[in-house]
Amino acid sequence: MTKDEIETLVRTELGRIAPDIDPDEIDPDGDLRDECDIDSLDFLNLVTALGKALSMPMPEADYPQMRSLDGLLAYLARGTAA
Amino acid sequence: MGEFRMPSLGADMEAGTLVEWLKAPGDAVARGDIVAVVETQKGAIEIEAFEDGTLERTLVEIGTKVPVGTPLAVIRAKSEATAPAEAAKEERKPAPKPTPPVPKAAPRPTSAAPARPAGDRLRITPAARRLADEKGFDAARLRGIQGTGPDGAITLSDLEEPAEAPSAAPAPMSDMRAAIAAAMARSKREIPHYYLAQTVDLSRVSGFLARANADRAPEDRLLIGALFLHAVILAAKKYPEFNGHFIDGAFRHSAQIHAAMAVALRGGGLVAPAILDAGECDLDTLMAGMRDTLGRVRAGRFRARELSDATITVTSLGERGVDTLYGVIQPPQVAIVGFGSPAERPVARDGKLAVALTTTVTLSADHRVSDGHRGALFLRAIDRHLQEVTGQ
Repeated sequence: MTKDEIETLVRTELGRIAPDIDPDEIDPDGDLRDECDIDSLDFLNLVTALGKALSMPMPEADYPQMRSLDGLLAYLARGTAA
Repeated sequence: MGEFRMPSLGADMEAGTLVEWLKAPGDAVARGDIVAVVETQKGAIEIEAFEDGTLERTLVEIGTKVPVGTPLAVIRAKSEATAPAEAAKEERKPAPKPTPPVPKAAPRPTSAAPARPAGDRLRITPAARRLADEKGFDAARLRGIQGTGPDGAITLSDLEEPAEAPSAAPAPMSDMRAAIAAAMARSKREIPHYYLAQTVDLSRVSGFLARANADRAPEDRLLIGALFLHAVILAAKKYPEFNGHFIDGAFRHSAQIHAAMAVALRGGGLVAPAILDAGECDLDTLMAGMRDTLGRVRAGRFRARELSDATITVTSLGERGVDTLYGVIQPPQVAIVGFGSPAERPVARDGKLAVALTTTVTLSADHRVSDGHRGALFLRAIDRHLQEVTGQ
């Protein structure tokens, strides 16, 4: 999956969970959960959806790497490049 | 012959608008089947049948707003023989033609409301969609209407009431805000609250969660909120005076525990639907119940019993909220347990200062039913269950 495809996927899933947030207004380095005002269950749902779509286990221990939007995109790129 | 009524949906809702029949006259209904959907201030609510039988006839037209307690349909119980001759005769008579609901005034979209971006999906409830179609509203016109439902969804009342002209006057309360205001004002007027707090060390809980979740796929992972809820349920089994309803001057303990979670809605407002029979759930079942309930809350649709039957409520402002919060009891319940955000804080341990993950658990309880002494025991029981989590 290309970098663009991953970004589209993440935006789609974020839009499902936080339909009132404009993805273009998210600070890519900011805390994703604060930027999108999502709680721990929303975040778990996001991880579940991305993990399924990309066949990645997304372990809890890696959550700190998914803190910001840019961090999450880089993490997914690393995981799918292998 | 049973009447199927508009149920009470909690202290704050007096009426609902029938928007959908999911069963037609002659259909068999089983206890628990969803028979009708009503639209309320808090979203679309599914109403279940309470007994097995056959839907004999409906009594209310779609689009009609009726008060709580109004018979909506007649359900013939399974045990009853087919309708006696008299009833059958009565049935052959043409049903009185119900008067169609008349909108209070011609709907008029406002130009003051911010229009949604064209690409954004329009949020509108099924009933409002139907009315909009009847009135021949096109998509552009609907986009100009500021919805007052969950997530800003357009509801029936948004189409029926003329929008206010722009003015300096403060905006009127949304239906949701009015519902919250009514319930909370009643709570503070009628319930003599007392408040207790207890700091709880979460080191064991977080260790348990890390171990339990390490090998789990995301869809099977547990959240700390499920452990909180579980601990409250276990404590409520031992201290029954915190689980039930205070109605007509008397406390009625509930043998079942229907544990409600206060959920903030995107765009404002909150609802507190219950996980029914949560007292029977193990941790994984409880977590699945939370996911299911919250998913339906986000979609703006839940079941009547989830609102009307809650026996105790748990509230938290999430993992990134505040240190301590004291809930306001939802009448007719008698207790609400609050969890502050877990964070690393200094604690004294073995005579030394250490750092540990802690939370502050609070209890707001009804002094007509219990006292601080029992409340303290209840809070300590919650603490104890969280310390014993590894044993589950």
